[in-house]
Amino acid sequence: MHEWALAEAVIETAIEESRKGGLEEISEITVQIGELQQIELEVFQFALDEIAKAHDEDSLLTNAKMRLETERAIFKCRVCGTEWDYRDTCVNEDEGEAIHFAPEVAHVYVRCPSCKSPDFEVIQGRGVLLKAIKGKR
Amino acid sequence: MVTDPRVSVIDRRLSGIKRIIAVTGGKGGIGKSLTSSLLALTLSRMGYRVGLLDLDLSAPSTHVILGIDSVYPKEEYGIIPPEVHGISFMSIIYFTGNEPAPLRGEDITNAMLELLAITQWGSLDFLIVDMPPGIGDASMDVIRWLKRAEFLVMTTASKVALETVKKVLKMLEELHKPIIGVIENMKMRESSAVQDELNGFNVPILGDIDFDMDLEDSIGDANTLLETDMATRLKAIAMNTPEFQLNSDL
Repeated sequence: MHEWALAEAVIETAIEESRKGGLEEISEITVQIGELQQIELEVFQFALDEIAKAHDEDSLLTNAKMRLETERAIFKCRVCGTEWDYRDTCVNEDEGEAIHFAPEVAHVYVRCPSCKSPDFEVIQGRGVLLKAIKGKR
Repeated sequence: MVTDPRVSVIDRRLSGIKRIIAVTGGKGGIGKSLTSSLLALTLSRMGYRVGLLDLDLSAPSTHVILGIDSVYPKEEYGIIPPEVHGISFMSIIYFTGNEPAPLRGEDITNAMLELLAITQWGSLDFLIVDMPPGIGDASMDVIRWLKRAEFLVMTTASKVALETVKKVLKMLEELHKPIIGVIENMKMRESSAVQDELNGFNVPILGDIDFDMDLEDSIGDANTLLETDMATRLKAIAMNTPEFQLNSDL
């Protein structure tokens, strides 16, 4: 459950940011999940809920809903400018598993479909980001 | 707001580690990876619980030095580094294999952050970190994220290496980071160059390690490596340096 480690990071950051912003209760946490990291959404949702329960000493997270948004992964070649989708690339199961743990290793296994360069940018859809926190002050 | 959550969890991931020693030096090729590997091996054989983290993502080499092959981390609430030669070993090579990883600065930052955020080290006496070379993005990130790191600085007597080492020391001092000391590596003749050049710094020179002609033959074999002159000398330096605090409270 590699998702657990990322969920833990999300909850820790949400708590930190809420305290900075003076929130007394979090009603919703929105997490953006990049396609490249291939997170298992059900596992991730379960981990977020369980970790929130375990970290709820001061009831900050008691009523917090976890909202997950997914974002397509899109690459752009730095050499020829071609843009393409991760889902159009051919990576095998082992390569996909490696990208799941460290999305940057896409540079090892993915090549620009036009010029075959490994020098590309992940313009969106890399990994897990905390997008928004709603709550009461 | 869009926040990267990974930074917040690094301290928690490192919380079970008593001491973090980052082996640095600025220039490539002055023995950072060999020193990191030998130090980890030596401490492990002395009975300490040791982790080794290879953060030289452009040119990871500690797995080659220690002959680590065909192992993979276990997935459990993150990833658990496999134990090899008594060392919990983590490197990007688990995910890149032997293929080149053409990563730019931002990619290296992201990949290092990912490793630090998801690796479950558990309880360790020492985590030895093989630092990225230079004082660019990668090194600055590591220095910022590994708040409790103490720095072991490698150099040679070469003017070229010393010029960079002085910059590294100056930067670490400016950032108020603890420096265990400097080790002169690959010494080929008696010279006061290291002492002379580093005179202005409040940093101990811990000792020197002679150029070891036979070292290359031991690469890839942990047991033979431990019998090399370099390993013997490094152990003596560590034992004689109070800042390493060996055999005191462990």
